Amino acid sequence: METINILYIGRHPEILETVIRLINANENWNGVGVMNDEEAKEIFLKKDFSIVLLGSGIQEESETELCTFFKNINTNISIVQHYGGGSGLLKSEILLTLENTK
Amino acid sequence: MENTDIIDGAITNSVLHKANSRGNANHGWLESYHTFSFANYQNSERMNFGVLRVLNDDRVSQGMGFGKHPHDNMEIISIPLEGDLEHQDSMGNTTVIKEGDIQAMSAGTGIFHSEYNKNKDQSVKFLQIWIYPNKKNVTPRYDQITLDLNDRHNKLQQILSPNPEDEGVWIHQNAWFHIGKFDSDFSTVYELKKPGNGVYAFVLKGDFTIGNIDLNERDGLGIWDTNAINITANSANAEILLMEVPMQLESNK
Repeated sequence: METINILYIGRHPEILETVIRLINANENWNGVGVMNDEEAKEIFLKKDFSIVLLGSGIQEESETELCTFFKNINTNISIVQHYGGGSGLLKSEILLTLENTK
Repeated sequence: MENTDIIDGAITNSVLHKANSRGNANHGWLESYHTFSFANYQNSERMNFGVLRVLNDDRVSQGMGFGKHPHDNMEIISIPLEGDLEHQDSMGNTTVIKEGDIQAMSAGTGIFHSEYNKNKDQSVKFLQIWIYPNKKNVTPRYDQITLDLNDRHNKLQQILSPNPEDEGVWIHQNAWFHIGKFDSDFSTVYELKKPGNGVYAFVLKGDFTIGNIDLNERDGLGIWDTNAINITANSANAEILLMEVPMQLESNK
């Protein structure tokens, strides 16, 4: 089965670590987590991501700029607002996004 | 089961979640019934009711609990139904919540917390409810109050609102929660506070009729496009939780 690459961006280091651990607990998902926007853009150019999860602490201006950047590179990218931290909702958010993009 | 027909003019739009249709996770120390998709329970038809995203009906064995774990951007409400729950969080709070209390946390930019059964001789049962916030990245906060249990006999006691000055705890969302404990055959009307909101009724104990829909213990009924609902208790000491919530997640920057 094809591996799904997921980019998580969030400003809280411990939550980032938890989210990535939970994503990578699924053998078909590969999570990459970054805390700052420049790093996010850089890694987005290098890897073929299917989903971007926007975590906590990202201000509106940053979010708009990031979304524009990602969409310019890949018009099919799914950008999802992540709620709840490393929690019971993460799996739902990813599965629902994958379902909607089939 | 979703109903969008008019039934006797009483309820136009509703969704019924029978207790036995909920997701179940039994980890031994924790048994949880999920009304909506959560963790390994995934059901695309059970994602949320408006901004109400999680309704978990949890039982935790004595001395056991949820270790330190993080949350962000979510309003998290805990309502103990039996036993005592010990709460600790990264804001320095260490408290015990018991039946009759309600706890609300705004996870905002990020918090860590743990919840343990304080009792050595009995399970703790509690509801864990998550509401999407109307504002992202708020400063995390914690609130807990003790409610007067007599104040819900044959009336709906407000336990949560969006207003810090109002009765109950408050959260970052235009939501109102009420609990009522009714004698058999007692009837009342709940009038929604805000146009566009829906209400999700969850039966804590006993039997009820809402509109013309019969509900038993732990059944849930969501209703929208209405200004008011009629509630009748069909058994003694019947207890119900009403959660009025926006049906859409508004812009929350």
